[in-house]
Amino acid sequence: MYEFKYHRPATVRQAANLLVKNEDAKVIAGGHTLVPVMKQRLASPPHLVDLSHIEGLDTIEMKGRSLVIGATAKHAAVATSAVVGEAIPALAELAGGIGDPAVRHKGTIGGSLANNDPTADYPAAVLALGATIVTNKRRLKAEEFFQGLFSTALENDEIITKVMFPLPKKAAYIKFRNQASRYALVGVFVAKRPSDVRVAVTGAGSDGVFRATAFEEALKKRFSHKVLDGVSASADGLNSDLHGSAEYRAHLIGVLTRRAVEAATAK
Amino acid sequence: MAKISLIVNGNPVNANVDSRTLLVQFLRENLRLTGTHVGCDTSQCGACVVHLDGKAVKSCTTLAVMADGHEVRTIEGLAADGAPLHPMQEAFREHHGLQCGFCTPGMIMTAVDLVNRKGHDLSDHVIREELEGNLCRCTGYQNIVTSIAAGAKAMGKSA
Repeated sequence: MYEFKYHRPATVRQAANLLVKNEDAKVIAGGHTLVPVMKQRLASPPHLVDLSHIEGLDTIEMKGRSLVIGATAKHAAVATSAVVGEAIPALAELAGGIGDPAVRHKGTIGGSLANNDPTADYPAAVLALGATIVTNKRRLKAEEFFQGLFSTALENDEIITKVMFPLPKKAAYIKFRNQASRYALVGVFVAKRPSDVRVAVTGAGSDGVFRATAFEEALKKRFSHKVLDGVSASADGLNSDLHGSAEYRAHLIGVLTRRAVEAATAK
Repeated sequence: MAKISLIVNGNPVNANVDSRTLLVQFLRENLRLTGTHVGCDTSQCGACVVHLDGKAVKSCTTLAVMADGHEVRTIEGLAADGAPLHPMQEAFREHHGLQCGFCTPGMIMTAVDLVNRKGHDLSDHVIREELEGNLCRCTGYQNIVTSIAAGAKAMGKSA
């Protein structure tokens, strides 16, 4: 790992000022993506701005009809939160399935979203539930936030402060883990929302998380796995690598969507 | 260089560290607490698990500067020198929960954290799920699972 200067701001404003002053600075919270990448020297930021000591940035609460999760809320906290378990149990389950227990004690929702790893779990939930990502500057809808592999709408000095999830009627997340890395080879988050149905897919797309609209259209008519007979995902634009071909991933999208709908309707 | 102050195994520690020092390096090289191991160095194997503010974390993926002001417990902090072993350590000894022993400190720190979170009556299924982030290349896990179940029960009795 190359040298860097470590900063520990007490407020989001201080953190943002540090980012303005130091153009190549990186934000760190749990560090469970950034530290490994820095160890491999794939990233070498001269400044690290640590958000993990900003008070109140990890709050989990209901605000009106939305579940609001602070950016530095750890996966373990989301997984075990009674508020999340009551509001969106599928989200608590998703958080409880990220990495392993030690990783969940450090990794944060804001970090996962800002990184936008194409195999991460949270992006699928955020896109399917139609969450709003709140930063120190503005509010971004999920579909404008994610902009392809490891890329988001965040500007250099922009910091995620919280994520607001509208409550779905039903939801479930099912992932098929890569047997070696344990990341999602394919993960599907299905949400029956008051106005529509959304199916978001992670792990499969060569451009990151995306919505499987053919499945959404079918499920809008009736939210049951039975309407999905004959509906399939196209292999176009899906990843093909030694872990699985694009056709295999397309097949998994269909299988996992059915399972997720079954899981959501069984709740 | 950055000044850090933390509590390690109950003792206050002050040090000047290069900010890129990993917590595991700081523990092993500065404090000579070599019970915490570096296995994969890529956050997967769990040989480096320590408790940070009472929660299991991978010290190879934590910067020492991020532990400034916090409390760390390592395998050395479970039982004092010469004192009886911690019930989880004793269970690993009793049930032959190790062969080469390289993964054992991380296994035990993960197991103690698991008991803290999920109690003393743990099914094999739960234990195996919770060992997602700890790799052992000798034992096939059977005796590790047996040891953790027994250690969890023993921790309940000694509490």
